[in-house]
Amino acid sequence: MSAAHDDHHHGPAKGISRWLFTTNHKDIGSLYLWFSFAMFLLGGTFAMVIRAELFQPGLQLVDPNFFNQMTTMHGLIMVFGAVMPAFVGLANWMIPMMIGAPDMALPRMNNWSFWILPFAFAMLSSTLLMESGAPNFGWTFYAPLSTTYAPSSVTFFIFAVHIMGASSIMGAINIIATVLNMRAPGMTLMKMPLFVWTWLITAYLLIAVMPVLAGVVTMMLFDIHFGTSFFNAAGGGDPVLFQHVFWFFGHPEVYIMILPAFGVVSAIIPTFARKRLFGYDSMVYATASIAFLSFIVWAHHMFTVGMPIAGELFFMYATMLIAVPTGVKVFNWVATMFRGSMTFETPMLFAIAFVVLFTMGGFTGLMLAITPADFQYHDTYFVVAHFHYVLVPGAVFSIMAAAYYWLPKWTGYMYDERLGKLHFWLSFIGVNVLFFPQHFLGLAGMPRRIPDYALQFADFNWISSIGGFLFGASQLILLFVVIKCIKGGKKATDQVWEGAQGLEWTVASPAPYHTFATPPDPKLIHDQ
Amino acid sequence: MLPKAKLWLALTIAALTSMLSTSLQAAWDLNMPQGVTQISRETYDLHMQILWWCVAIGVVVFGVMLWSIINHRKSKGAVPATFHESTKVEIVWTVIPFIILILMAIPATRVLTEAYDASESELDIQITGYQWRWEYRYLRDDMNEEEVSFFSNMSTSREEINNQLPKQETYLLDVDNPLVIPINKKVRFLLTSNDVIHAWWVPDFAVKKDAIPGFINEMWTIVEEPGVYRGQCAELCGIDHGFMPIVVHALPQDEYDAWYAGQQEQAAAARAAANNTITMDDALAQGEEIYNRTCVACHQAGGTGLAPAFPALAGSSVVTGDLTDNIDLILNGVPGTAMAAYNRMLSPVELASIVTYIRNSFGNSTGDLVQPADVNALLQEAQ
Repeated sequence: MSAAHDDHHHGPAKGISRWLFTTNHKDIGSLYLWFSFAMFLLGGTFAMVIRAELFQPGLQLVDPNFFNQMTTMHGLIMVFGAVMPAFVGLANWMIPMMIGAPDMALPRMNNWSFWILPFAFAMLSSTLLMESGAPNFGWTFYAPLSTTYAPSSVTFFIFAVHIMGASSIMGAINIIATVLNMRAPGMTLMKMPLFVWTWLITAYLLIAVMPVLAGVVTMMLFDIHFGTSFFNAAGGGDPVLFQHVFWFFGHPEVYIMILPAFGVVSAIIPTFARKRLFGYDSMVYATASIAFLSFIVWAHHMFTVGMPIAGELFFMYATMLIAVPTGVKVFNWVATMFRGSMTFETPMLFAIAFVVLFTMGGFTGLMLAITPADFQYHDTYFVVAHFHYVLVPGAVFSIMAAAYYWLPKWTGYMYDERLGKLHFWLSFIGVNVLFFPQHFLGLAGMPRRIPDYALQFADFNWISSIGGFLFGASQLILLFVVIKCIKGGKKATDQVWEGAQGLEWTVASPAPYHTFATPPDPKLIHDQ
Repeated sequence: MLPKAKLWLALTIAALTSMLSTSLQAAWDLNMPQGVTQISRETYDLHMQILWWCVAIGVVVFGVMLWSIINHRKSKGAVPATFHESTKVEIVWTVIPFIILILMAIPATRVLTEAYDASESELDIQITGYQWRWEYRYLRDDMNEEEVSFFSNMSTSREEINNQLPKQETYLLDVDNPLVIPINKKVRFLLTSNDVIHAWWVPDFAVKKDAIPGFINEMWTIVEEPGVYRGQCAELCGIDHGFMPIVVHALPQDEYDAWYAGQQEQAAAARAAANNTITMDDALAQGEEIYNRTCVACHQAGGTGLAPAFPALAGSSVVTGDLTDNIDLILNGVPGTAMAAYNRMLSPVELASIVTYIRNSFGNSTGDLVQPADVNALLQEAQ
């Protein structure tokens, strides 16, 4: 038992210092995942406040200013606190095990990039308790509402964003260094699992755009405190410049949240279809194409700012192009399932729901790209429905799929399949009852970010709220399943899933504290 | 099928269709309105075209997927195939979507080019967004003519919003002074903002554009049917973003001309009224009405304010302090805060009334009665 022997000498420290000082990729991965789940519940609570206020016309629970704080904080916490750290957590846990590396390339920086996050979010959340109230200008914080007209807590928001950005950049550097330098002999780039590929590309996106976000919030800081006028028209500045800079970050950011999801789903579908991924090479190229296109479509968020027609046309055509590589991905997943031998454990259910519902979000994305039609959709609930379809049953479902898929490897026990399926079905029904009616609301003319609405929107709003409460409550099942699985259950085999391929399934379950201290046998590395 | 069963089937279908059609007309609006302009109908057609493409692609892709899920499952003894990678298939599913995209891009480009041509307008109206109201100013050719310009505030009462009164049918979608335009005329809107970014949107015209401080955006419409058209601000602009509706009355040319002449007369009368004196009772009554329309969102009923951004008026040092400073603050606003400059939003009579009202309400009892002439003097001094 050499593994047990290693554990004895190199096992985790005891108590709280294990977590504070850890440089182990598995520990840091767990920290990221738990942190992300906590933020998911916090941001979800804000969403429940929003849906409760919108349950009926009229103001019942909160005043409009607090409502705006809720929409802002919900967006910021979910994007930067829930989805992004969850994917970094999965990357930490899985990338070294997938490429046969002993750990991440820069373990101390790994510790640092996690541990600054709780401070960033404590600072951001503390604004809710401040006299001026939390930021209330939407997660897109358009100037001058977020500068000249902002509550004084905006400065804390700016510093929190800086810290989150630093964390993301360090995480991205670490992933690139790990993937490029620490692959086991025989693990060529084109043999890497797609999850590694999608994360490698995502990491480059992060390094490219997080400094842009830092730049835009710094310009805000200067406008607010140091008398500059970047975005202040009265001082010769340009409020539209804010939107260009913000969305130059913001659009790649959207793909930062979805590319690793593609990687997860590309791992799960072949496993449960017991069939190789149909077109590995084209999946890699499609991911790279999407990443490239993400840099030249940002102004499709700004079709109504009054750009010249040449600009409108360019951004319309470029945006429509994204449908091609995205289509390649969806067709590949379906072709993988076609004539497979499928079983439907919880990860597969979430992955299938991802393919269907993400594609629906893709369809509405294509509709939104059509500029004249966008004039009607823009800033309505149609947009809200669109991006929630790609983010919730898209990114979030893929994270849940990943959690169920790798939980047995992480804990050494099988999770409760019946509860997992219950969680899936309640989430699936809840998410659709929540977001599908919002398409109708938007088409009928309901603007987004309003605390109260005209009477013709009442019916779909209460339906949507019911779906929201169901979806929100169902997530507690996930918490229960995970804790139950950590505590015990049926012992997991090393292979865990009959059709699973890849190096992570060659190590013991639970994965020992240190894996691949010596590189794996190259014969274990297969073509993708 | 048995005749009886057939009858039941027919009845059920009839009941379902009637339910569906009535509910579709009422609160269950499912789709984009076709609207009342050529651009809005073309936009609707584009929307339906891309929607049907998506439905068709969805049916094929999800159909194959569902068929696989039903038939290719392990429990049915399915054995996995080993096929893998096919350049031919990959090319097909890259090229077909590309062709569909080109088919969509052509009409979209055409409609966009049309919508962007704001030339040769017959009437120009400047729209300015404020937190949280719209100002409409009719541009004149002859500067000696009386100018028509006014503010448009939501007229839904706070009692309705706070569930103290039943909500009317046009809840949150009614204003005191609607925009009035003639039908069948090309009306060009010049759009800007006084503070933060707003967006002016009327779905029935398929017109939506951002009102941005420091920029003037243009858009246009030709409304074909007389009627009342409603919309809302579409860009988050602060607390009362949800409460700045847009109402447009489209009138036949002769009715529009009569309305416009009436507005010019009113403007002339308002200027004359600035020299009248008002009584305490009139000032308090009008002041209260203005307060509930214009001030209450921030300063709240009872003048309690919303600390710390929106100061209380009850017992405020400004409101109980020097009168001229108080009038000056309301005329010019407080830069860097949500307190706007009201020198143009309200007439001298209204300004005199609101100052009188706040200085004699919420427990404030200065006893000051401000006259329009006092306000006018300060306004002229500023000029």
